[in-house]
Amino acid sequence: MIVTPQSMDFAEPLDLQSGASIRGYSLAYETYGALNADKSNAVLICHALNASHHVAGTYEGQENSDGWWDTMIGPGKPVDTDRFFVIGVNNLGSCFGSTGPMHVNPDNGKVYGADFPVVTVEDWVNAQARLLDGLGIEKLAAVMGGSLGGMQALSWTLQYPQRVAHAVVVASAPNLTAENIAFNEVARRAIVTDPDFHGGHFYQHGVVPKRGLRIARMIGHITYLSDDVMNEKFGRQLRERIDPAAALAAAQGLLARDAGRSVGDYLYSTQDVEFQIESYLRYQGDKFSEYFDANTYLLITRALDYFDPARRHNGNLTKALAPATARFLLVSFLTDWRFAPRRSREIVKALLDNRRDVSYAEIDAPHGHDAFLLEDPRYMGVVRSYFERIGKEIGSGAATPPVGAKALPVPGAAILAANAGAPA
Amino acid sequence: MSDRLTMQSIAALVPPGSRVLDLGCGDGAMLDLLQRERNCSGYGIEIADANVLACVKRGVNVIQLNLDEGLSMFDDESFDVVLQIDTLQHLHNTEIMLVETARVGRIGIVAFPNFAHWPNRLSIARGRMPVTKRLPYQWYDTPNIRVGTFKDFEVLATKNRLAILDAYGLQEGREIRFLPNARASTAVFKIERG
Repeated sequence: MIVTPQSMDFAEPLDLQSGASIRGYSLAYETYGALNADKSNAVLICHALNASHHVAGTYEGQENSDGWWDTMIGPGKPVDTDRFFVIGVNNLGSCFGSTGPMHVNPDNGKVYGADFPVVTVEDWVNAQARLLDGLGIEKLAAVMGGSLGGMQALSWTLQYPQRVAHAVVVASAPNLTAENIAFNEVARRAIVTDPDFHGGHFYQHGVVPKRGLRIARMIGHITYLSDDVMNEKFGRQLRERIDPAAALAAAQGLLARDAGRSVGDYLYSTQDVEFQIESYLRYQGDKFSEYFDANTYLLITRALDYFDPARRHNGNLTKALAPATARFLLVSFLTDWRFAPRRSREIVKALLDNRRDVSYAEIDAPHGHDAFLLEDPRYMGVVRSYFERIGKEIGSGAATPPVGAKALPVPGAAILAANAGAPA
Repeated sequence: MSDRLTMQSIAALVPPGSRVLDLGCGDGAMLDLLQRERNCSGYGIEIADANVLACVKRGVNVIQLNLDEGLSMFDDESFDVVLQIDTLQHLHNTEIMLVETARVGRIGIVAFPNFAHWPNRLSIARGRMPVTKRLPYQWYDTPNIRVGTFKDFEVLATKNRLAILDAYGLQEGREIRFLPNARASTAVFKIERG
């Protein structure tokens, strides 16, 4: 499936939860499949920390440009784009095409940097609702997301209950625990204390706080995996060492290809990479620091911290979820300790208390939080079956061509795809 | 226990329009029946992945939980009816779950294989564990972690101060009200908190 990113401009100010507002912004989005005649088959996909509007498909002429949830969404896939009109949208403040801290503030002509307004899950949902207005979609057949994306899906059912028929909330939570906020804070401190951060105005200094971003990414990665999977993948393996001369000879065909590589004894060094896991984390950190925006990282982790629909109801989640009328599917993964099953159960219980339709699958997958982006057959099967039910409810409306909008250049599509294996 | 007559008989115990919790709901057939024919709503609880999937396919609400972890997710009398159909023999904490069933539901309906059915007694008299249509497993290879009788259940219900609203046996889909402990392969009880 070849896809093309699009963009929609919004001149009208959007009032934000903080009391600030933002005007003259744009949202990058993609659509897959065709909207049916009665516009009843739209599915909105909400993204997590470092993903984007590029949810599924590939970009023309770009290898390895698969969307971040391409395993889940596409023709014949669990969320079947032959049947549903699927929308991926990049959130405000992100760094993949929608207006973010690296863009110019129309109020003063300067790059936002650290002055980009703090945005919340609720603000994102409001912005997404405006995008749907622009696309002429009144009601979603389903809203779906994992992790932070699941929080947006949940929030949709509270902010716009009449506009959502179904919500699919995967590996998510009704709010973050103290431990979870703590991880976010470590990541933020790593970025903010990087001398290249310059209080968030690093753009004008021509630098990027890469050290901070690397550390932030490393700690994030640790929390997305389970202990078991990390041990299975890396264990205590030492990093392969390469003898430069032998490697050169191997490259020239003079020696066997693996010549020069050896795994020896400890280096007895405190600063060199010693274990494979270190090498992996450094690689992930380096890669991330090349494309992710530091201010975006701060904004999105803060949006995670702030999300707490029960807060206005003295912590009573049942009361908080009372407005939701959508039918729900929740999925969690047993080894996910960042968004543990018990957090999903809290949502399930609150929905039960409100007598809402809800199904809940707890998948015994080994991969930790990362599992929501992977292809576990039980997980895929439940989501597929759920969407087949939604499809039956909708029936078959005659399809119309997708709604047009101006085309958006494809910025570093390969990067967006390469970074698919990383959620929150 | 998907036999249609058996299911119909148990479904008839559920008041129309009830909000139902089905513990160990299997593939969701009973809830599906109750929703379609008796205007009920509710949820199934299942642990097996394949059954959870089957329920989602049917459009029956299902919550994947291990019943051995209890029913703390559910408030007192939050359901009109709680079903335990062929579930009891798979539970480690049968007694606790029985009390929980009566706590969460205004009424509880429990059905399970009656080990005192006469062919089972005959088999035991011959010195062998029974293998029947209702208990089709060899003693060394069975998913049932316990067996019990119609009378055993009466004793357990009384011990836990549960009121038995109705009790009978089911045999080949027929209700057995005379000597059910000997004449029925399935025991059915309708209970409430005493």
